[in-house]
Amino acid sequence: MNQNSVAIEVDSRDTELNANGKRKKRNLNWKKIIPLTLMALPGIIYLLINNYFPMFGLVIAFKDVNFAKGILGSDWIGFKNFEYLFATQEAYIITRNTILYNGGFIILQNLTGIAVAILLNEIRIKVMQRVYQSVVLLPFLVSMVIVSYLVYALLSTETGLMNNGILPLFGLDEVSWYSEEKYWPFILTFIHVWKNIGFSCVIYLAAIVGIDQEYYEAAKLDGANKWYQVRYITIPSIVPMIIMLTLISIGRIFYSDFGLFYQVPMNSGAITDVTNVIDTYVYRGLLQLGDIGMSSAAGLYQSVVGFLLVLLSNYTIRKVSKENALF
Amino acid sequence: MHYSRRESTMFKEEKAWQWSSHIILAILSLSCVLPFILLLMASITDERTLIQQGYSFFPQKFSLEAYSYLWNNSNGIFRAYGITILITVIGTTIGLAITSLIAYVASRSDYPFQKVLAFFIFFTLLFNGGLVPTYLLYVQYFDIKNTLFALIIPYLLMNGFNVMLVRTYYITSIPAPLIEAAHIDGAGEFRTFFSVVLPLSLPILATVGLLQTIMYWNDWFNGMIFITDASLYSIQNVLTTMMNDIEFLSKSNNSSVTSVVVSVPSTAVRMAIAVIAVVPIFAAYPFFQKYFVKGITIGAVKG
Repeated sequence: MNQNSVAIEVDSRDTELNANGKRKKRNLNWKKIIPLTLMALPGIIYLLINNYFPMFGLVIAFKDVNFAKGILGSDWIGFKNFEYLFATQEAYIITRNTILYNGGFIILQNLTGIAVAILLNEIRIKVMQRVYQSVVLLPFLVSMVIVSYLVYALLSTETGLMNNGILPLFGLDEVSWYSEEKYWPFILTFIHVWKNIGFSCVIYLAAIVGIDQEYYEAAKLDGANKWYQVRYITIPSIVPMIIMLTLISIGRIFYSDFGLFYQVPMNSGAITDVTNVIDTYVYRGLLQLGDIGMSSAAGLYQSVVGFLLVLLSNYTIRKVSKENALF
Repeated sequence: MHYSRRESTMFKEEKAWQWSSHIILAILSLSCVLPFILLLMASITDERTLIQQGYSFFPQKFSLEAYSYLWNNSNGIFRAYGITILITVIGTTIGLAITSLIAYVASRSDYPFQKVLAFFIFFTLLFNGGLVPTYLLYVQYFDIKNTLFALIIPYLLMNGFNVMLVRTYYITSIPAPLIEAAHIDGAGEFRTFFSVVLPLSLPILATVGLLQTIMYWNDWFNGMIFITDASLYSIQNVLTTMMNDIEFLSKSNNSSVTSVVVSVPSTAVRMAIAVIAVVPIFAAYPFFQKYFVKGITIGAVKG
């Protein structure tokens, strides 16, 4: 339906151009269209395969997938898969975990990013500024698998630095990290912030550097101290950026960083209640438990709610500042 | 008098801010670097010390055993390294080519289907089918399992986000009259793109190509879901598999698994593999840092 409306728009534009008497002819210029279409073709084919076919493939959530009959030939079972999924406790747990973790991540990542960006902006020695910024970005450069190795080196029960080096200093007992649920909400949040702090600080620093220096000069003449300058100049100037980034993240709140929730806790069964999110649930259902019905139902749930959230957040962005809206 | 006192308090305050900024950022920087140092130290610690003393910044006994083991049993590791380099080079090259081509067409306002095409690209950012249909499509219909294609094509080759970035660059930085002039000079569409547009778009292609290179180098997800044949593992997949082995060992604490222990590389070796997976990125980082920061910034603002 959306594509139709776009096509109509294009048509009306063409006729408009004709009415204006531009030299463009109504009949299409094939010498232009054919080569340009050929250039776009590899990309179009890729998007069809990688993005559009799977969208239609979402209908398997309404099927009883049977590989003998083929995916298209499997029987329709209506909403059965969803009934099973939402009858389980797990549907609640994965939704709760996904939203709480990502919600917390959004708040903390923005706060720490802004704080670090403000501090970086204060540094007058340019070399040091660059060194700090580069180093803070290091965790963002490596894969989650590497991060899971770093975490293992810290938290392994027998050989980890925590149990062997740090806890004994305070006279504390060993902790069996990978089987104690209560620590993981903090561990995962800490790792997420640690890995992404460089990323958000770079974005906010770019916004802060762009603030007109005259505001600060004027504030200094009026005797405003640093706190006032940060509070009444820096922060208000980057509020649009904060709102934008937050809304974009809220639009993606139903999607989690799979590696963080799967690799870092080492797929440990004892702590799944606090590490299972929609993405890991879908993965386990598909590739470990072979429960395609539940897995595809959860996947469709994620896609549809995710889509609605993106539309909602974009709608809100448009209300706040039109030029920043995605569409 | 009053004025100068204010000056001096401001000077003191400035100094306090400088110092506290340096201190906080230095602590933060340390927290970003120390875990990697721990990893490095673990890889050069003597295996027995490692088991008795645990991971430590100051191991009692050093040993390069792990690296010499890797060197002597290097077939698997070098192969995995080669596969990572191969998929990174091929994926980034093809990805950049098809990204810039489709982005260029979608940027041409005189292309009659420009709006349809732009929407076609953009919609993939809003809605997606998720893991299950994508996986089944690639495995059942394209039979991609245990092939190199599995490490290159799904998810990574091109994404709507990068296409939109490049498209925005074409629209804002390449003037339409330039393209028209090339046409008037008799250049066809392909000639115009390759000899006029492409040379002008090198900055954005460098940025997008860099992001894509890092993405390929770091990817372990495709290998985890599509590859079961160890000879096709990338370096990241070697790491995920070893991690799963640790997990398996810690779950079954009986002595019957000792036969498995033999096949699992020792702890230091595992850490050494993680080190050599990180080193190329960190070594190249100073050279691409500027582009990387730029890529992040334009991505956040334009996206």
